[in-house]
Amino acid sequence: MAETQFILITGRSTKQGKTVHLGKQAQEYRDEISTLQMNLKDIEALGLQDGGQVKVASKYGSMVVKVKKWDIPQGIIFIPYGEVSNALIGSDTQATGMPDSKGIKVEVERYG
Amino acid sequence: MGRSLKIIGGEVYDPANGIDGAIKEICVEDGKVVQSCTGPAEVIDATNLVVMPGGVDIHTHIGSPAVNAARGFRPEDHRHVHFSKKPGLRSGVGSTVPSTFATGYLYAQMGYTTVMEGANAPIGVRHTHEELIDTPIVDKGLYIELGSNEFILKFIKAGEMEKVKRYVAWLIRSLKAYGVKLVNPGGVEQWKYGKDVKNLDDKVHYFDVTPRQILKALAWANESLGLPHSIHLHANSLGTPNNYLTTLDTMQTLEGSRLHVAHAQFHSYGGENWGGFCSKAAEIAEYINTHPNITTDIGQIVFGDATTITADGPWQYRLYKLSKNKWYNQDIEVESGCGIVPYTYRENNFVNSLQWAIGLELFLLIRDPWQVFLSTDHPNGGPFYLYPWIIRLLMDKPFRDEMLKRVHKRVMPETILKALDREYTLYEIAIISRAGPARALGLKHKGHLGVGADADITIYSKDSDKEQMFEHPVYVIKAGETVLRDGEIVHSPDGKTLFVVPPDVGEMDPTFKTEFENYYTIRYQNFPIDIEDIPNREAIPVGDPR
Amino acid sequence: MAESVAVKEPYVMTGVVCPYCGVTCDDLEVRVENGKITDVKNACVLGKDTFLHHLEGLSTPRLYGKPATIDECIDAAAGILAKAKYPLIYGLDSTELGAQRASIELADLIGANIDHTSSVCHAPSYQAVMTVGIPTCTSGETKNRADLVIFWGCNPAEAHPRHATRYSVTPKGMFTPKGKKDRMVIQVDVRPTPTTRIADAFIQMKPNSDYEVISALRALVKGHELEQTEIGGIAVDELKALVEKMKSCKFGIVYWGMGLTQTRGKYLNLVALLKLAQDLNEFTKFSCAAMRGHGNVVGMAQVLTWQTGYPFHVNMSRGYPRFNPGEFSVVDLLARKEVDAALIVAGDAIGNFPGSLAEHLRSIPLIAIDPKESDTTKVADIVIPSAQGAIGAGGMAYRMDHIPLMFKKVVESPYPSDREIIDRIIAKVKAMKSRGNGAPAPAGRG
Repeated sequence: MAETQFILITGRSTKQGKTVHLGKQAQEYRDEISTLQMNLKDIEALGLQDGGQVKVASKYGSMVVKVKKWDIPQGIIFIPYGEVSNALIGSDTQATGMPDSKGIKVEVERYG
Repeated sequence: MGRSLKIIGGEVYDPANGIDGAIKEICVEDGKVVQSCTGPAEVIDATNLVVMPGGVDIHTHIGSPAVNAARGFRPEDHRHVHFSKKPGLRSGVGSTVPSTFATGYLYAQMGYTTVMEGANAPIGVRHTHEELIDTPIVDKGLYIELGSNEFILKFIKAGEMEKVKRYVAWLIRSLKAYGVKLVNPGGVEQWKYGKDVKNLDDKVHYFDVTPRQILKALAWANESLGLPHSIHLHANSLGTPNNYLTTLDTMQTLEGSRLHVAHAQFHSYGGENWGGFCSKAAEIAEYINTHPNITTDIGQIVFGDATTITADGPWQYRLYKLSKNKWYNQDIEVESGCGIVPYTYRENNFVNSLQWAIGLELFLLIRDPWQVFLSTDHPNGGPFYLYPWIIRLLMDKPFRDEMLKRVHKRVMPETILKALDREYTLYEIAIISRAGPARALGLKHKGHLGVGADADITIYSKDSDKEQMFEHPVYVIKAGETVLRDGEIVHSPDGKTLFVVPPDVGEMDPTFKTEFENYYTIRYQNFPIDIEDIPNREAIPVGDPR
Repeated sequence: MAESVAVKEPYVMTGVVCPYCGVTCDDLEVRVENGKITDVKNACVLGKDTFLHHLEGLSTPRLYGKPATIDECIDAAAGILAKAKYPLIYGLDSTELGAQRASIELADLIGANIDHTSSVCHAPSYQAVMTVGIPTCTSGETKNRADLVIFWGCNPAEAHPRHATRYSVTPKGMFTPKGKKDRMVIQVDVRPTPTTRIADAFIQMKPNSDYEVISALRALVKGHELEQTEIGGIAVDELKALVEKMKSCKFGIVYWGMGLTQTRGKYLNLVALLKLAQDLNEFTKFSCAAMRGHGNVVGMAQVLTWQTGYPFHVNMSRGYPRFNPGEFSVVDLLARKEVDAALIVAGDAIGNFPGSLAEHLRSIPLIAIDPKESDTTKVADIVIPSAQGAIGAGGMAYRMDHIPLMFKKVVESPYPSDREIIDRIIAKVKAMKSRGNGAPAPAGRG
């Protein structure tokens, strides 16, 4: 796998579940759903520091997000469910009704 | 004032009142059968037609968490049969596990007006009530399954029979239930270890009580509470070769007490193993013939698709291994469980054909029709809407013999069916499909056409093909309103949920609430069902303790 | 903050049922003062916030962006739905049985597609159950008996916070008097999560390899030898050790989540897992269960099943229920741009769908019934606020293990319940259809 290719997992986080009650425009909620968890080694390999910005692109779309260092295996990144992650998920369900919401191949590059 | 109606000129079969085909006028007002109408009445001319009370199904699985699990995991079951929406009628699907609106329409189309949902774990009864509410036209009730209930096992182990009685009363009152069901008593608890019980004296793990003790304790509690129906029993060892011995042992254990043996066909088998599988219907029928305290429904199999749904977890696992069909199982905390396996009964399968013959042997060998009731244990033995085919088999010996020739040829020498000439009369059919179940249930206003009965009436044309006759009633009247005419449902009222209010036998111990919350995962206060959640309902009074 | 409807004396309701995550705790104590919830006991952080923030982010009645009355909104909604040729009704997880029933009645009436959030959550799990069945149990069985609990592709510590303390890890039950000490907890996932902290062992695997790993476990359970040394990033020796634990436990259970339903293989991952659990019943008592989420999603599946025969992906446009994943599933319907009007009830469609679908939803008449503003209400043509399920409106709901409980009405709401709104839409649509204002009778879709 090329250095900039990652597997993206989307999912729930406590913070996303908590802050959604403040309304989906609330800053805390928007911050949580646009923060990407990445292994520190991967962050540094991209030439970034913890808190830097990246562009994540899947077959379906791309978004600019903030990276946060996390205890997560190299090559895998996580972002909570929300408008941001939805932009990266496609509508092909292989006739199961379920889109590929986890385990998605994405390209990540430093932004700015 | 409700509708006034006179049904004139019909040949009436009302066995509860001894009427065997007399031409008689039936008067209806305000949803009841009355002596005469007080004002101008509509007239239904039933000349040359047969008039019977609406059908009463004492044992069917039409709505519950288990039935819904079966529906949900069998989409393929629904593709063959669908019901389009019509003005006033909702759409739905068949076929062995129909959707709820379709179930109500199908029963009404067959002239049935009261049905009893056969097996319900207490914690899921809320769900059952909602499905029954969505089952239109028919009146209905439910039995709660207690044969492996851990509180009951605990009380029996400690010899606290009064607590068993109080607990049963508390459950029936809290859940608005109709009666007490036992399924493979003790065996369903053993299934929580992947095991079963082997005989009536096999001890259930940890609780150390036996099926025999469970049977006696619940029969005693049921009778001493004066509940209108006896305990309703799916006996141990269902479906297993040589289980007739368990069935006899069970009936002997409860000698002197009322007992309803459910789907007796599945409990009348002989043979040391599947290779030696044979009929013991004669032995079971003989016992029933000499013991008027027993009632039974047959659980007749009909060839074609079925869905087996029971609380008998270990049996369903065995059927899964035998049939290699898909298998759904849900164990339910503290109480019970359910197992579901799709199944198809085939004419060219020796065992299935002999099962078919065994059911008919039981019908024909049990002499008193007041002790034997029509059922397929829907959908275990096949769908309820094939009852008319069974009726024809009972009434029409040549038709029966034709069928016997068609099934697997090894069956002929294994069954005495050929020698049984008996043909059921219309009077007897009215007993096994209406009057008898109503009486066994203690429903004094159902299953008959005497003054005071609910005006649930079915009118059939006289057809020499009895299957056609019972499949296509000319009129069906429910609570005095015509719901079916000329083969079409014309009105779809909500039916009532029937439930029993047990006598006050004292509160549960103060420690019970703590124990409840120790073993369940819900709050005690959230368990009882609010009566207001059942908008159309009728309380049935208990009788005296027996 | 919206006005609340004032009630004189403060009161505390006990045994309150929480609508948020699927654990469906029924032991909440909620204090209400002057129509506002001021304290919640026993809830987890997600449930607590659900109740405490009940007056925040409320939606307002709007017609094409302008304030309107509820009646005007209902009239307009009925007009759209009565004329639509291929409407969609969606959402329905955060509400109660009465509203779910009404929505199915409406679907029947207008010949709609009706689907709900299972579609993007556990539908693949139930597609697998339809294929092979499942050995499952209610949560109390885990509490009372389980000595081996495996979390596969799920993160209960974040998604179902009280699952571990109410059912699966710490509770003391009839045969598990020592609680956590009587249990071994194993987590299988592609990354460590807060759930790893409550597990005794963590098995890390490569993403998108669940089907292979579970198939390997099945092979080992059945006594086959494997040629490989590693499968899906897990050493075969580690898989063998896991199989030993599974075969020798007294009562084992696997809880699974989106890690299996949303990754490569979808329902096939579950077919493998369900078969594995069935196979293990040759050796011991083994069960498995889905970690259902979003409150009362199970309830919608239940009532849709009993009324139509199918739990999700239902279409009524021919006048009777049809079911087909991939054809009538909501994501596929919207991706193919087939729907010409949508009613979203008690669920944020746009917030939970692939981004491209939002475009189509915005281009068709879109009606949202929701107590709160959401990504859907933001762009909906008609917004109808309702009383929030389990807070402003009571009714029956289901726990993740299919046990039914009653949502209570904890506070008064100025808005009608979802059920009432949909009932009113039904009445209006019926009146319109009887006056001949509806769409022509559907002739099928070719």
